[in-house]
Formats: sequence, structure tokens, C-alpha cells
Amino acid sequence: MTLLLRMAWRNLWRHARRTWLTVTAMIFSNVLLVFMIALQFGTYDMMINNTLRAFSGHLQIQAEGYQENQRIRSSIPSIADLARDTRGALPSVGVSARAAAFALASSEERSYGIQVIGVEPEYEPTVSTLPGLLAHGRFLKDEMVPEIVIGAVMARNLKVTVGDEITLLGSGRDGSFAAAVMTVVGIFDTGMAEMDRSIAEVPLPFFQEVFAMQDHGHQVVMALNDLDALPAATAAVLPLADAREGLVALDWVALNPGLKQAIQADMSSAWFMYGVLIVLVAFSVLNTQLMSVLERTREFGVISALGVRPRRLAALVMLETTLMALLGLLIGLALGWLVTVYFHQAGFTYPGMEQAAERFNLPSRIYPSVTFSSILLGPSVVFGFCLLASIYPALRLLRLRPVDAMRTVA
Amino acid sequence: MAEIKCVDLCKTYLQGDAEVRALDHVTLDIEPASFICLSGPSGSGKTTLLNAIGGLDELDSGAISIDGERVDRLDGGALADLRLRHIGFVFQSYNLIPVLSARENVEFVMQVQGLPARERSQKARDILREVGLEGMEDRRPAQLSGGQQQRVAVARAIVSQPKLVLADEPTANLDSTSADQLMRLFRDLNDTHGVTFMIATHDERVMRYAKRLIRMQDGKVIGDDLQRPIDR
Repeated sequence: MTLLLRMAWRNLWRHARRTWLTVTAMIFSNVLLVFMIALQFGTYDMMINNTLRAFSGHLQIQAEGYQENQRIRSSIPSIADLARDTRGALPSVGVSARAAAFALASSEERSYGIQVIGVEPEYEPTVSTLPGLLAHGRFLKDEMVPEIVIGAVMARNLKVTVGDEITLLGSGRDGSFAAAVMTVVGIFDTGMAEMDRSIAEVPLPFFQEVFAMQDHGHQVVMALNDLDALPAATAAVLPLADAREGLVALDWVALNPGLKQAIQADMSSAWFMYGVLIVLVAFSVLNTQLMSVLERTREFGVISALGVRPRRLAALVMLETTLMALLGLLIGLALGWLVTVYFHQAGFTYPGMEQAAERFNLPSRIYPSVTFSSILLGPSVVFGFCLLASIYPALRLLRLRPVDAMRTVA
Repeated sequence: MAEIKCVDLCKTYLQGDAEVRALDHVTLDIEPASFICLSGPSGSGKTTLLNAIGGLDELDSGAISIDGERVDRLDGGALADLRLRHIGFVFQSYNLIPVLSARENVEFVMQVQGLPARERSQKARDILREVGLEGMEDRRPAQLSGGQQQRVAVARAIVSQPKLVLADEPTANLDSTSADQLMRLFRDLNDTHGVTFMIATHDERVMRYAKRLIRMQDGKVIGDDLQRPIDR
């Protein structure tokens, strides 16, 4: 250990209580930041997964331009074959084909414009939580039958219930008149009013028949178990999309730009709060180091008189801050990691969360994300700001005049 | 050995509203291996002269050269280097670094000079033995008496074999025995290594060791006498 390092370390403990107070502030903020950021990342993962698993999935293959303009003619031929090939390429991923069209749904009393989705009943539960949210009746069977499941709000609006009939009127892919009479077999309640009001699902083969789709569809939807697997899944799907003309693979960011924006907005407000905490810690360091420099002015004057250049004195102060910040970093990181790992295993919940989660078919606990970035991000920023805070006390030493400094009364 | 030339040095301080002439047209020639005492009452300009020669304080006018190099024209960094390599300081109140042991205090300057750890450790031990502090190398300043601390300060000042040692009231906080021991040490270094000493003092006992006695008053040199020093 060099003499300068030894000196810096011992200088820290000349006022042990003051140093510990500053280090404790760093430890507290580091523990809090490690846990809060990990919890925040865990919450985002849950938000993304839950939102995507509700309907859109993490990844879709679509005809080029379909996402922007959902015309019935922007379809994919042999959609069931493409879905089967995708299942082969991604055996551990939920894959299901869909087709979609707008239609007028009429009951005996009322008519509403709705979006009709043709789904593969066998595979749809692997990409969407909607089949698990049925409040009444059952989900579709994988048969060529005129059955339909509708949202709770739509059922209320049309004044229908399970067993009643609905008439669909729309346009087929070839421009022909599409019409069908269908029996309501299930009513889902997602808790999301827009979805419950506007979406109805029918078996894909029946949809293709009614809307003259032949073997066409509009989306192959994929739902992953882990968001981190997205890059690998995208890489596996791209060749399938590229092999057919006019197809694209879109990830969740392209499919749900609003979700990404919501996360970014939340992250911005959270970092504002973290910023306040970090600035407070930085000011604590500034105060400690400034006091330390001021009360050692005479000593610095003597050292300077011995021939030590001012920049070396400034380096000594920076070194002292670095050691103090390292102490806060290491202890804070260790404690923060322990707390976070505990909640990563046990899950984190707050009063009322379990009831809400049960209603929306969501996990009842949040699991903080234990990753390199979630653990290190906050403490690294605290460390950096602590070093920045020591620049001002260090700069004062650059202007030190030995003869004046030595006249200072300690 | 250092040859020092001071030509027409002037320095004025403001003390409140009053102007104090700390150096008033001081001109001195100091031969290599000199052993000089600066005497005079407080405020006579002794410390200001030492500080100016050591590059710690700026002059209003005049020129100082050490071995032909103009000290008054050097910038802060070059002055720091000059002090580091060629000038040793001994202060009245020792001014040791409290968090370092006696040996580390002596090593400190050598570390800044860039000497390897083993060499500076050996040199520090040797010089501490020379000043009579063998066995006390690992004590912190607070664990040493005033005389012992001043010896550490002297060891720190001379360990790099400077050309010039500037001492400001080095015996002011010492008892007479310790003061005598210190002055003998200075004289020994002067006689054996040719180190130039300039010592500002009020102490008549210290002045007896000087080969040349310069008397100052109100910033002026009022007496400059060669004398036969007492036998060390």
C-alpha cells in the first residue's frame, strides 16, 4: 500500500464518527437504490409480460404494413402451416395463428361494431390469458362450429348471455358479403373495458369460411416465458418470415409502442426521486470533505511547503473520497443484494395487491429483477456523484498558498 | 551546498489599514556551506526572508537566486520542485503529519520524489538513528515529546540531502538540552555534509552556534557579522 493511500485511509478515521455518518448515508441510499431499481425492473418485466400475455404476445409475424393499416386483404397464406413451422422452430414458446376482421354484431335488440378474431382454440391459451378469464360459459372448441366468445361489456351492450345467438355482418377478404349466426358459448371479463367491449373470438376455420379467407390469416402470435429470451426467439423467427415474401417479424415494442412509452415515463419519474436522494448524499460528502479540507488547511500548507504540488494534495482528497465512497458502495451493495435476493425468492407484495392480481389473472407478487445492471446501476451513480462532490474541496487546494495556509490556526 | 544571492528584496504587508514593511531593500550574499542565524525582534522580517528564499512567499521587488537560478521568477510548480529537491524546512511547531508514524513522515518527501519503497525505508531508518530516534520509528507524532518531534522534523528536512535548510525558530518549543542537541545536529550536518543553514531565532543560545549572525529590524539588515561559533 503506498504511503499516499495509507495516509488517505488514516485521514478518514481522524473523525471516525463523521466519516461513518457519511458512509452510512451512502449505505442507506445504495441499499434503497439496489432494491428499488431491482423492484422497478421486476415490475416492468411483470407489466410487459402481463400486458403482452393478455393478447398481443411478445412477437408476431404479420404481412408487411398490416400493423399500420389492418386491412383484411393484408393477409398471410397458409397461416396454419406457418404457425406449425414456427412451433417447430420455437418448441418452448406459445404459438398461435389468428385472423381479424371488423363486423357488425347484432342481437335481437341491438347492434354494435366489433372486432372479430379467428383463433386456434387449441393454441390460443398458450399466447393469451383471455381464455382463462371467462366469467361465464366455456372457451371455443377446436371445431368448425359457429361459436363465439365475447367480452362482458359487449354482452351487456348486446343484452345477450351464454346460449344466445349473435348475427355477424361484414365484408369478406374477396369483397363478398360475410354473414353468420353464432352462439355465445363464453363471456370473458379481463377488467380492461376496451377489450371487453370490442373483441369477440371465433374458431379460425370458421372465421376463414365466413370471411372468405381460404387458408389465410393475419398474425402468428408468439408468447415467451421470459422476456430475456426475446432476442433469441426473434433470431429464430426471422428466417421463417424472410422465407415468405412480404412478411415481417415485429417485437412487442413495435406491437405496443404505448407500453414502452409508459415504462419510460415511469422510469423518468422514478429517476427524479432517485436523483434527489443521490444529490442529498453527494451534498453530505461535499460537506464532509469540505470540512475536512478546511480544518487541515495548515497541514496542507506544510505539506505544500515541503515541495508537494497542489494537484497531489487534490489527489489525496479525491483518494480519501474514493475510499469513503468505496466503503459505502461495497457495504451498501452487499446489504442491498441480500435484501433484493430475499425478495427475488420470496416475492414482494403490498396490501390489496393479491385481490387485484386475482381479478386480472396476474401474479400476486412482484419479483425484483436480480441482474448485473439492476444491482449495480444505482450504487455506481451514487459512487460517481460522490466523486464529483469532492471536486470542489479538491479544487480549493489547487489555489492554496503555503505561506497563507501555514498561518491558519487549526 | 548552496550559494544564495538576495538583491534589494522588498515586501510589504497590509495589517489592517496599516502598511508593514517586512523586507526593506535587503541585500545578502550567502556563501555555500554557511551556518547563519537571523536574529531580531518579532516583526523584524526574519520569517519573511526565509519564506521568500524558500519560494513560499512572493516579493514586491528584488531578486533571489540559488546557485544562479532565479527563485523569484519560478512558477508555483517549479517552486514546489525546488523545495522538494533542494530545500529542507524546519518549523517552530514541528508540523509533522499526525496520521503518519515518525518513519512515514520522513519517508513522505522521498515518496513524492519517487524513490523506491525499500530505499526510502532504509534511508528513513538511517536518518532517524542519526537524530537519536532509533526504536521510535513507528510512533505517531502524538506519542513523541516535543524534542523528539522536532528531531523527526529535522530528519524529514535533511533526509533528501538538500542544499539548504531553512529553520524558523526551531528551538522555540524545546527545553535547553533538546535545543542544544538540535543545534549540534545542525552544525554536524553543516560541517560534514556542507548543508547551508539559515536559522531564524530569538534564542541567544542558538546564536552562539552560528558562523554568521545577521541582525534584522523593521525589515532591514542592521548587522551582519562573522563570528567564531562555540565548539559543538
